[in-house]
Amino acid sequence: MRRLVLVLLVAAFLLLRLDFWWADEARLVAGLPVSLLYHAFYCVAAAAVAWLLGRYAWQEPEGRP
Amino acid sequence: MTIAVLVLYFAVLLGIGAFAQRLFRGTGEDFFAASRSLGPFVLLMAIFGTHMTAFSILGASAEAYKRGIGVFSLMASSSAIVVPLLLLYVAPKVWALGRDFGFTTQAQYFRARFASDKLGLLLFVVLTLLLLPYLLVSVMGGGITFAKISGGALSPAAGSAILCAVVLTYVSTGGMRGTAWANTFQAVMFTSLGAVALFTIAGDWGGLAEAFGALGAQKPELLGRQDTIAPAELATYTLIPLSAGMFPHLFMQWLAAEKPGHFRVSSTFYPLCLVLVWLPSIALGALAHLDFPGLKGPAIAGVFLELIDRHFGDLMVGLITAGVLAAVMSLDSQVLAASNMFTNDLVRHYGYHDRLSEKQLVLLGRAFVIGIVALCWVASLFLKPTLFAIAVWSFTGFAGLLPTLVAALFWKRATAAGIAASTLTVLVLLGFYLSSAASPERGLPGLGVLPVAIVMAAAGLVLVVVSLLTSPPEKAVLEKFFPR
Repeated sequence: MRRLVLVLLVAAFLLLRLDFWWADEARLVAGLPVSLLYHAFYCVAAAAVAWLLGRYAWQEPEGRP
Repeated sequence: MTIAVLVLYFAVLLGIGAFAQRLFRGTGEDFFAASRSLGPFVLLMAIFGTHMTAFSILGASAEAYKRGIGVFSLMASSSAIVVPLLLLYVAPKVWALGRDFGFTTQAQYFRARFASDKLGLLLFVVLTLLLLPYLLVSVMGGGITFAKISGGALSPAAGSAILCAVVLTYVSTGGMRGTAWANTFQAVMFTSLGAVALFTIAGDWGGLAEAFGALGAQKPELLGRQDTIAPAELATYTLIPLSAGMFPHLFMQWLAAEKPGHFRVSSTFYPLCLVLVWLPSIALGALAHLDFPGLKGPAIAGVFLELIDRHFGDLMVGLITAGVLAAVMSLDSQVLAASNMFTNDLVRHYGYHDRLSEKQLVLLGRAFVIGIVALCWVASLFLKPTLFAIAVWSFTGFAGLLPTLVAALFWKRATAAGIAASTLTVLVLLGFYLSSAASPERGLPGLGVLPVAIVMAAAGLVLVVVSLLTSPPEKAVLEKFFPR
C-alpha cells in the first residue's frame, strides 16, 4: 500500500511539471516570472520527494550470498 | 587580475591532481574507482559537478536568450525529479555490481551479464561514439570562454587547447580521486557564484522585478512559454535526463561511492543544487536582452560572459569566469571514463596487458585519451551548431540506451540479442534524425515531440520483442546476477 501511494505521488509529481496553466502568463511574482518561480519551487519540492522516497521506499542492495 | 585569478584556479586544480597522486595505491581499481571511498558530500558534488557542463551555464543562458525562461522548465525541473530517481533506484544496483564483481565499466557488466564478448565490444564502440559530442561541448565551451576573457587575444582554438592540456594533466595524475575532488571544488565554485552574479547584475538594473518588468515590456514572449515551447516538447523533455543513467562517467562515479546509502543524500540535495546553477543561468540569459538586444548566431553563445564582463570588475570577472570554466571542465570525468573504457574494455580484456609493459600500457591509455580529445578539438574548429543542440543529441543517444541497463538490472528474460538489437536501433534512429530536419531541442517538425521519445520507445520495444523471440539466458548466468 505504501509503495502504491509513493508510485502515485511520483506520477502526480511528474505531471505537475507540465504547468500548462501558466504557459501564457507573463506576470511577475516576487520579482520573477510566475512560471520560473513555480519551477524553482518545483525543484525544491523534488528534493522533498526524493527524501521521502529515500526514507520510505529505498532498500540497501543485497550482497551476493 | 582576471588572468591571475584563472592562473591561480588552474594551479589549484593541478595541485589537487598532484595531491591525489600521493594517495594513489597503485591499482586500477584505485585509479578508476578511488577504491570506492567517496563520502556523501564529495559524491554529491562529484556527480553534480560532472553532470553540469558548458551546457548548463553557457548553453542554457544562450538558449534562454533565444527562447526565454521556459528553458528552465525543459531541462532543470525535469532533471530535478528524474536524476534523483536514477540515484535512488539504479545507482545503488550499479554500485553493488562493482562491489560484488569488480566492474569499472558498463561494457564489462554487459559482457558478463549476457555472457557475450561481442556485446561488450558493441557497447564500447557505441558509448565511445556518444561520448564524443559530449566531450565536444566542453571543448567548445572552453574555447568560447577563453576567447571572451582574453578580449579576442586568444582564439577559441587556442583556448580549447589550454583547457584540454590542464584537464589531461590533472586527470592522468589524480585518477578518479583527483577528478572527484576537482569536481567538488568546481561544483562549489559555480554553484555559489551563480547567485552572486544574478543579484549583482539585477541590482544594476534596479532589481529583479524591474529587470523582468523591462524585459516584459520589450519581449513579453520570453517571460512565458506559449510561443517558444510546444506542450509536447515540454512533456517529452522529461526523458532527456534519463541519459544520466547511461553516461559512462557517471557510471564510474557511482561505483566510487563509499556506501550505497550516500545516494540517498545525493538524491535529496541534487535538485537544490540544480536551482542554484540553472536559475541564474536562465534568468541572466533572458535578461541579457536589456544590455545586448538583437544578438544573432554565434554571438549568442557567449552572452553570459558578456554580461559578466560588463557588470563586474576584474577580480569578480576572474572568479565568475573560473566558475564558468569549472562547469566547462566536466570534461575531466569524461576523459577519465574514456581512458577507463579503453584500458579495461579493450587492452586488458583482449589480453594486450600481458604483451605490454606497465609503462607501455600507461602510454597507450594516455595516447588514446589525447587522441580522443584532439579529435574533439579538431571537430570544434569546424562544427558550428549550438552547445545546446550538440548536448541534446548526445543525451538522446544515451537516454535511448537506458532501456538496456534497466533490462539488464531488473529483467531476467532479457537476452544478448535483445540488448544488441536495441543498441543498434538507437544508432540507426540517431543517424536518421541527424540526417533529417528534426531538431533535438525543438522536436519533430510540426509535432514538438522530441526524437528522444521515439528513440526510447523503439529501443525498448525492440529489446522486449527480440529478447522474447530468442533463447532465454543460461540459468548459471542468471543465478550469478539474480541470486535469489
